[in-house]
Amino acid sequence: MARFLIVRIALIIVTLLAVSLAIFSMIEFAPGDAATVILGQAATPENTKALRERMGLDKPPYERYLNWITGALRGNLGIAASGKEISGIVPGRLFNSALLAVGAFLIAVPLGLATGVLVGVKSDTLIDRFLTLGGLVTISLPEFVTGIILVLVLSSTLGWLPSSSIMLPGETIIGNPQVLVMPILTVTGALFAYILRMARANVIEVMESNYVRTAILKGLPMRTVVIRHVLPNAMLPTITVIANNVGWLFGGLIIIENLFAYPGMGSLLIQAINARDIRLLQSTAMVIAAVYAFSNLAADLTYGWLNPRVRLA
Amino acid sequence: MAVQDSVIQPEMEGGRPSILIRAGNAVRSGLALILKTNTGRVAFAIVLVHLLVAILGPWITPYPPTEYNLPERFSGPTAENWLGTDDKGRDVLSRVLAGSRSIVWIAVAGTILGVTLGTIVGVTSGYFGGKTDQIIMRFVDWFLAIPSLLLAILVINMSRQRFSDLDESWLVILTIGISFMPNNSRVIRSAALAIKPLEFVQSARLRGEPTIYIMFREILPNVLPVVAVEAAIRLSFALLLTAGLGFLGLGVQPPSSDWGLMVSENFRHIGQVPLAALAPGMAMASLVVGINLLADGIRQAQNLPETGG
Repeated sequence: MARFLIVRIALIIVTLLAVSLAIFSMIEFAPGDAATVILGQAATPENTKALRERMGLDKPPYERYLNWITGALRGNLGIAASGKEISGIVPGRLFNSALLAVGAFLIAVPLGLATGVLVGVKSDTLIDRFLTLGGLVTISLPEFVTGIILVLVLSSTLGWLPSSSIMLPGETIIGNPQVLVMPILTVTGALFAYILRMARANVIEVMESNYVRTAILKGLPMRTVVIRHVLPNAMLPTITVIANNVGWLFGGLIIIENLFAYPGMGSLLIQAINARDIRLLQSTAMVIAAVYAFSNLAADLTYGWLNPRVRLA
Repeated sequence: MAVQDSVIQPEMEGGRPSILIRAGNAVRSGLALILKTNTGRVAFAIVLVHLLVAILGPWITPYPPTEYNLPERFSGPTAENWLGTDDKGRDVLSRVLAGSRSIVWIAVAGTILGVTLGTIVGVTSGYFGGKTDQIIMRFVDWFLAIPSLLLAILVINMSRQRFSDLDESWLVILTIGISFMPNNSRVIRSAALAIKPLEFVQSARLRGEPTIYIMFREILPNVLPVVAVEAAIRLSFALLLTAGLGFLGLGVQPPSSDWGLMVSENFRHIGQVPLAALAPGMAMASLVVGINLLADGIRQAQNLPETGG
């Protein structure tokens, strides 16, 4: 297990270096100059030149790349166009996004699995058909549509929750948990439906297997058959599918954070693009890619822990 | 499995029916498969309506979709404006109808571009094998390590500034094509790898055929079924990506009536005119639901025991 972990982490580091190079070149390749963007209206040839030198923009690209990477490894991501330290902005935003993702996972995974198993065992009933079709529709909805519907119901009509997560300066998510509810529900919607469908399909497949038929025929009560035979075997493929879709969850978060003006990494990314803040964009993109790589590792580890056969990869 | 089927009948120059007849047959058997189940029939109806609107869009809008009419702004549904108006007094129904063509065109063209690029890379990588294959696939892995929406955002941000004179819908098409390419090439590469060791490829090599000929006349026709399936799966992703980029303000720009863009413009007025944001959202949802149901219907039809061939 330790060896597996070391190999995987080494692989991630190599991949992330390549990804950082890809992100750097994709952003470098676009014309535009960070110094002129920062100075804006106040730009004169002299102060632009001075700032370019101070930011190291007069150096060749490979040197800038090395500076960025070595700085990032020491926790120094440079200065955003707003004049703030990027490494001061990112942790708070990352924490907010993590709250959103973890909250949605904690609701959607157990609920989706339980409902999926329940309708999978009793497939072809009315409630099963309803949930299957409803699940397909929910999965197909783009995140912003789910969001609109939730806002119309919970905010415009019932007036229970605020329709956006905008906060006054100085306020934090922890102090205003009500702004979390709507974004979390939106992420949960599709995730829940997706897990439900996967769990249901896998349970139906296992229910048709010979060993389940044997278990039923030898007179075991249905409860025992489901818990002892169906559940363990249907869980594995379901978890694989969930793990393989972490990337899709990241995309959903970017959209949802922007819909609700939620102060996370996804909205920071779009802010950086709109402000043409090259350094902020680079670092935000890189942090998202790094978190993505490590969540994939976490998913793989969970899978390996549940299924001993893949442990020696 | 589809690959295996077509392998049984190797290339017969002159002996096989024209491409038009084969395409006609494929469409007919595909349609029969779709119309076999209830799910398929409902889905077919939904998708057909969307296609008709996409084709007829510009001619059936009651009002010009981008024309301001400030005195009539923030109107609810009326006899004149069935879905009301937005913050600039534009007719929401007209804008939704006009937006259909743009999103369908962008998603279809982007998918085709992505699958074409993926096929070229995948067939090359699979056919050459060895070092070439390893290097290409390593690059593909690196791009797959970036979450797909983030990759698309970076690509469109780059190409917008680099190719600033390019038409906006082409920018989005280019972005979809590039960001789909890594995934597509992976899938098509493995199909090409399966074809490569077969006899007819080996005999073409022994005949001394040029590499290009073998790749595109021997291998390509046999991976086409895989390419077609990949394109079909990717289409609904392309629609969601187009709408997502539009929603983030990175896709087609105002005053165009892109559905994603309409949602983000009208979301801030959701308290006043909910329909202005809801209508394009629902249009988008029904299109994707239709396409996903279509796929579900085909899957169901293929599982039916009476389907012999």
